[in-house]
Amino acid sequence: MQEVAVGKLSDIADGDYRVFALDNLEVGIFRTGSKVLAYENICPHAGGPVCQGKIFHQVEEIITSDKKSAGLRFGKQRHIVCPWHGYEFDLATGCHPGDASVRLTPVPVAVRDGKIYVSVPD
Amino acid sequence: MLKRVPRTGNGRNKIPAAGRNGSKNGKNTARVAVLPKINNLTDTRHILAHAAKDAKAHDYLIVDVDAHVTETAFWSEIVDRMDSDVYRQMARAFKERGGSPPGLLNATPGFLHQDVFGRIPHQQRLGEPVPGGRTHAQVTLVRRAMDSMGIDYMVVFPTPMLVLGMHPQIEMEVTIGNAFNKWLTEEILPQDRRIKAMLYLPFNHPEESVKAVERYADTPGVIGYSVTSTRYRAVNHDSYMPLYSAIQATGKPLAFHSGFHWGDQSMQQCNRFISMHSISFVYFNMIHLTNWIINGLPERFPKLKVLWIESGLAWVPFMMQRLDSEYMMRSSEAPLLKRRPSEYIADMYFTSQPLERSNMQLTEATFDAIKAKTQLLFASDWPHWDFDLPSSITTLPFLDEEAKRNILGLNAARLFNLEIPKHKLIKSSREPASRVAVTA
Repeated sequence: MQEVAVGKLSDIADGDYRVFALDNLEVGIFRTGSKVLAYENICPHAGGPVCQGKIFHQVEEIITSDKKSAGLRFGKQRHIVCPWHGYEFDLATGCHPGDASVRLTPVPVAVRDGKIYVSVPD
Repeated sequence: MLKRVPRTGNGRNKIPAAGRNGSKNGKNTARVAVLPKINNLTDTRHILAHAAKDAKAHDYLIVDVDAHVTETAFWSEIVDRMDSDVYRQMARAFKERGGSPPGLLNATPGFLHQDVFGRIPHQQRLGEPVPGGRTHAQVTLVRRAMDSMGIDYMVVFPTPMLVLGMHPQIEMEVTIGNAFNKWLTEEILPQDRRIKAMLYLPFNHPEESVKAVERYADTPGVIGYSVTSTRYRAVNHDSYMPLYSAIQATGKPLAFHSGFHWGDQSMQQCNRFISMHSISFVYFNMIHLTNWIINGLPERFPKLKVLWIESGLAWVPFMMQRLDSEYMMRSSEAPLLKRRPSEYIADMYFTSQPLERSNMQLTEATFDAIKAKTQLLFASDWPHWDFDLPSSITTLPFLDEEAKRNILGLNAARLFNLEIPKHKLIKSSREPASRVAVTA
C-alpha cells in the first residue's frame, strides 16, 4: 500500500464530502469535524458512483406506545445515497440500513498536518 | 426544459496547479482528480461513467428493448403535431399556467415519487447541457446513454404517457398518441438508425389503433407496436381482433408495456409508493396475460409475436403455475387451448428489467421456466430510477456465454430483424468485466 495525498482537510467543509479519482481507485472522503472516513466509490449493488450521490438523514417512523404510526421524521444517522438506484448506506458504518452485509468498502485514510492521505494498492 | 449550450468539456474537474496535485510519499507522481457530485444537471456520460468501463471490457451485441424518452420535456413539439386545431389550442393554453404543465395529459405529477424525493437525480430530469444545432436534444441524450452502456440499439418508449390509457377522454388518447408517434417518427428516429420504436397504439380506440398500425407499417425505425398496459380494457374483446390481425400481417411484434397507477382503486390501499409500485407495475400485465391465454389468442393468432415489458420476471413462473393448476381442473372454460397455459407463455417474449436477483436460485429457476435463452430480451429502462445495466445479465453466475449473448442482443436481433454491426459479429469474446455482483 502507498499513501497518496489527495488534498487539504480545509478544502472539505465540516459535514461535507469530496470524491477523488486516483489512478486505479475512486474514493469518497467524508468529513465530520476533524475526522474523515473514506469509502470506495463503487456501490455494492450495481457498481454505481455511490459517493457522488447526496447525503440524507435516515428517515425514521415514529411508533406510539400503542403501536400506532405517528408519522415520519429525520433521524441523526446520515446516509450517502447512490445516485444510480437509491441504495442508502450509513456513513458511520458503510452498511445498508436493512442488510448490513451490503456495505461500502472502506479505504484507509489519515489526516496529517492538515492534509488528507488515502492508502492505495501498490 | 433542457438547456442548449455550446459543447463543453468532459466535466471532470481536474485539480489544477501545485499544492493540489496528489503525491505518493511526497513525490508528485499520482494523478488526482475531483469527481463532481451528481445532480439532475450532471451529464449522462458522467452519471454512467462506471458503466462505460464495463462496456469497454466486452464485445456483446446489446439491444436495449426498453428505454425511455421524456416526451413532456418536448411537449410543445408534440402539441404542434396534434391533428385537431381545437386540441392544439387547448393544450397550448396550459403554457400560460404556472409551471407550464403538459396540456391535456392525464399524468399526476404529485404522485410521481420515482426519484425517491431527490435521491435519484437522473429520474428527476436530465437537465444537462446539450449542444445546439441540428441534432435533437432527445437524440443526444439517448446517444449518450447508449454509448456509455455499450448499447447497439435502443428501443424507446414514452414516460408520462404510460398512464395515458387511463385518460377519461378516449379521443385524447388518440390525439396525444398519434401526435407522439408523429414526433417520434419525424424528429427522433430519422436522426439515428440505432434508435428504434414500438409505436404507441391508442388502444382504447380499436379502429384508430388499426390505422396506426397501417400508417407506420413501413416506416423506418418502427420495429413493432405497443399497448401501455395500464388501462381497463379486456385484451380479448372482439373489437381487438382486427387489430391483432393487422399486426400479425406486418410480422412485427406486439408489446404490452406495463406501468403503475396509484389512482387504481385497489392500489389506494397502499400507503407508500414502494408498495403500490411493486404491485401495480405487474398487476395490469398479469390481467392482460391471463385474458390473452385463457381466451386462446395464441391459437387465434399463432404468428403474432407477443412481448411483455417492464414487469420484471418473477411474476411469470407464478402465472405459469397458477394458470396451469386452474386450467387442468377447469379446461372447459378455456376450450381454445390445446396445451397448458405455461406452454403458451413460454413461447412469448419478456424483457429483463427490473430483474429480480435477490435469490439467485429463484432467478435461475425463472430463467429456465421462461426459456430465457431464446425468449428473454435485455432492457435497461434508462433513464428511470430502477434501470438495469448490461452487467445485470453478464454477472449472472448460471448463464453460459451463449445464453448471455442471446439475452443481451441476439434474441432481439432475431425478433426484430435487426442488422448486427460487423464488429459485433465476432464470435470470440474477452472476459466480461468482473463487476461486483448485482445484489437485488
